Amino acid sequence: MEVIDLAWWKLGLAALLILALAATGYLARLGITRSLLIAALRTVIQLALIGLVLEALFASSAFYWIALLALVMLLVAGREVVARQGRRLRGWWAFSIGTGAMFVSSFTVTILALTVVIGPEPWYAPQYAIPLLGMMLGNTMTGVSLSLDRLNDSVWRQRAVIENRLMLGQTWQQALEDIRRDAMRSGMMPSINAMAAAGIVSLPGMMTGQILAGSPPAVAVKYQILVMLIITVGTGFGALMAVSWGGRRLFDDRERLRLDRLVKT
Amino acid sequence: MLENLSVGTLSNVSLRIPGGQVVCLSGPSGSGKSRLLRAVADLEPHGGRVSLGDTAQLDVPAHQWRRRVVMVPADSQWWFDEVGCHFPVDAKARLPSALGFPPEVMGWSVSRLSSGERQRLALWRALVLEPEVLLLDEPTANLDNDSTEAIETWLLDEIRRRQIAVLWVAHDPGQIHRVADSHYRIHGTRLERANGSD
Repeated sequence: MEVIDLAWWKLGLAALLILALAATGYLARLGITRSLLIAALRTVIQLALIGLVLEALFASSAFYWIALLALVMLLVAGREVVARQGRRLRGWWAFSIGTGAMFVSSFTVTILALTVVIGPEPWYAPQYAIPLLGMMLGNTMTGVSLSLDRLNDSVWRQRAVIENRLMLGQTWQQALEDIRRDAMRSGMMPSINAMAAAGIVSLPGMMTGQILAGSPPAVAVKYQILVMLIITVGTGFGALMAVSWGGRRLFDDRERLRLDRLVKT
Repeated sequence: MLENLSVGTLSNVSLRIPGGQVVCLSGPSGSGKSRLLRAVADLEPHGGRVSLGDTAQLDVPAHQWRRRVVMVPADSQWWFDEVGCHFPVDAKARLPSALGFPPEVMGWSVSRLSSGERQRLALWRALVLEPEVLLLDEPTANLDNDSTEAIETWLLDEIRRRQIAVLWVAHDPGQIHRVADSHYRIHGTRLERANGSD
């Protein structure tokens, strides 16, 4: 079965609908018009550009180009993690901890899935590597930023409790125990919820896309299961690393709570 | 024992507290009394040296230091729902009657305690750790006169019996007169010994 290509003018029809929504929002003074239009425009431009990049990348398949794209994706995700935190660590710490956690978890899991589970030839074949890494990074980014945001915010709010626990001779790990558990929970919740609802409430995007592109549903389902499982693994380990590195940084070597290391963004 | 301690606006604070003795500390609010206690508990970066017997503050991990030098803050914090969860299991049997609680208090929920009750329980929570030094930040601020004196008597008794060295921040001259073996006052950046007459 051949995929039906979409002509550009047909996308224009969908764009007209967005314009209609924007106009309605403007007339009803809902205050979403501006951000809606900017976001729609960004989608079109960013996706058109990545389409060109992927076309070029698939044509060359050189390892260093793929590695470069992966690096750019990682750095942008790292910046996004910093921007999504209400309070973040001062200096380069926020960026380094977020990016480091995402790098270790999503790259390890992606490479593992590519080499052991899927096994394309070569293992870094961009048709598999780039979409997989993109999905991993996107979800890990959400998990890491949610958990770091929760960690820093709770520590800020509960500083009196933490210090009182320290005064009673608890180690910094004990004093942070409840907050760390909360932060992990909020980082993991989106992935756990997505797994619970998959197939019943929602048909995940990747599977839908594959079926539209002509894959037999049985194959598409297997890929979707693989992706959801490894996304959860990546998000979980990513949040775990971010929370333990971030928590460590909030205390100094004398186990004092150092809120001066946090800044409001 | 404190040597040339400096924290915040205070500098060159030197003090020696023998076991079983109470040193009271007073001064205008904002003069750094609490920060001085926090520095002794090593909760705040500071200059100078603090030692306990032969052990210097920096010789042991911070949490071990704070097990021996326990601070009770002016407003105590409670993080579990039930009072008893904040205490070791055997603390229930040893609950001192001077605190004025029935034995069931360990099963109460923290939210029904008044601020005065929390303060009394916070003192007991610190004492069950069997500290060698106690740092008390206005321990009777939320108590009425009768229970203040009852708590003072109980605390002094425990302090003498266990030979605890105590640094006690207090406002009330009457209280200082009742509990202090010596009294220091904060003057600007220095600590000055107050006369025995007040």
